[in-house]
Amino acid sequence: MNNINKTVLLVDDDTDYLFQMKFMLEKLGFTVVTASGQKEAEELLEKQKPDLALLDLMMENEDSGFILSYKLKRKYPDVPVIIATAVTAETGKRFELSSEMEKKWIKADLYLDKGIREDQLHRELNRLLKL
Amino acid sequence: MATLNVLVVDDEAGIRSGIERILRNFIVDYPFLEEEFSFQVTEAGSGEYAIDLINNNTFDIALLDNKLPGIDGIEVLEYINTHSIDIAVMMITSYASLDLAVKATQNGAYNFVPKPFTPQELKAAMDSITKHLYLKRMTRQMGGNGGGQKARNQFISVLSHELKSPINAVEGYLKMIRERQIGDNLYDYDKMIDRSLERLNGMRSMIMDLLDLTKLESGRKTRVMKKVDLVEHAHKAIFSIEPLAHQRKVNIMLSAPETLYMQADSSDIESIFNNLLSNAVKYNKENGQVTIGIKAEGNTMEIVIEDTGIGMSEEDLSKLFNEFVRIKSEKTKGISGSGLGLSIIKKIVDEYNGNITVESKPDVGTTFRLRLPLNPRNL
Repeated sequence: MNNINKTVLLVDDDTDYLFQMKFMLEKLGFTVVTASGQKEAEELLEKQKPDLALLDLMMENEDSGFILSYKLKRKYPDVPVIIATAVTAETGKRFELSSEMEKKWIKADLYLDKGIREDQLHRELNRLLKL
Repeated sequence: MATLNVLVVDDEAGIRSGIERILRNFIVDYPFLEEEFSFQVTEAGSGEYAIDLINNNTFDIALLDNKLPGIDGIEVLEYINTHSIDIAVMMITSYASLDLAVKATQNGAYNFVPKPFTPQELKAAMDSITKHLYLKRMTRQMGGNGGGQKARNQFISVLSHELKSPINAVEGYLKMIRERQIGDNLYDYDKMIDRSLERLNGMRSMIMDLLDLTKLESGRKTRVMKKVDLVEHAHKAIFSIEPLAHQRKVNIMLSAPETLYMQADSSDIESIFNNLLSNAVKYNKENGQVTIGIKAEGNTMEIVIEDTGIGMSEEDLSKLFNEFVRIKSEKTKGISGSGLGLSIIKKIVDEYNGNITVESKPDVGTTFRLRLPLNPRNL
């Protein structure tokens, strides 16, 4: 396993998703710190600056991921944030960061659908971390 | 933020202001939903004044003390029921009158808090009644015409999240297993398989919940009444529960004539047998017994389902037919269910003008006795 000395903050309230994603990221060589909710993540961020954050959208609240992303960006503007969600088109809610306005409003660098393939995720991570 | 109007009816001013203080800064919120609920308390020192207030204001929740100087709490509850006023009622009662509280829940009170209660207990009870109210209203909104679009969207968004999360989890584990990601030792994957099964189970009961909820709450079920053979339906239900019964080593016996016909909608009869029978098997013990008896008595059909299972306490029995009630204890841990089965049966039986009674003893067993008229009035 090639260690690339980058820490990813992974936040999700689904323990199974957390376990699986952590496993995947560690296999890719990242160091992973996890939190199971917005509050826990905020506490973690007080003590530690990750190199990248991968956040679930719906946790305690429907928009926990946005709020967390907003707070994270205010504290560490240079840390790339990915928001992942299982909610997509059929609910009428689609958050793709296509327009400038959306990018301004949603303080995240990338929106991802959960269930992303490992190689896709790896590519996005490398791009955001400029690896 | 939505505010729920709470009417507190108690003759002790101290209790009223205590409740007001506890609820003043209390907020109930729901994961994934925009809405948060806070509470606005109105106080009434007597039942008469309470009824007066109810007639001139809109309340969402009423906290009713039973012992009041004039008419008592139960009578206020009756007033609310007979006038079909949309208020969720919670009884406040001393431990000494627990029987009464039980009676009240049978008469349509949602739940009760025994006095004296701690702020935590009151908050927990308010949390539960608010959720109940919220779900009820949301389903009603969805059932109604127009105006319900926002509620529907929100519901679908939550639903989508709740249903997709387990799919993602199970899919993730399956991929890990297929790719042997933690090595070739099969046993190492047991935990992933267990977690997958657990997530699927949770998803199943969620789906059941939703189907039942939307079908029954909207009250728009059209019944097709025809001659239905109860015994045939009993056999079908036994057949479908057999795998589970076998797994749990529970023996099922049917005592009935060859055929027994009544006028009914066959899906109602199916629900009745499936729900009662699956409960009798699920909440049974290993090597337990389930006995089904069906007979006609004059113009009435009697169905008795008796099990030798874990049984229930008096208190559990009192809430049994309420929606979303699942008796939670060490013994029922790990048994999954939607919490709606019995309330569905109760609704059906009521609509047929029948009745259902239950007797139970902890660790001995439970008997459900159902009576339906052979020729129910037109439904």
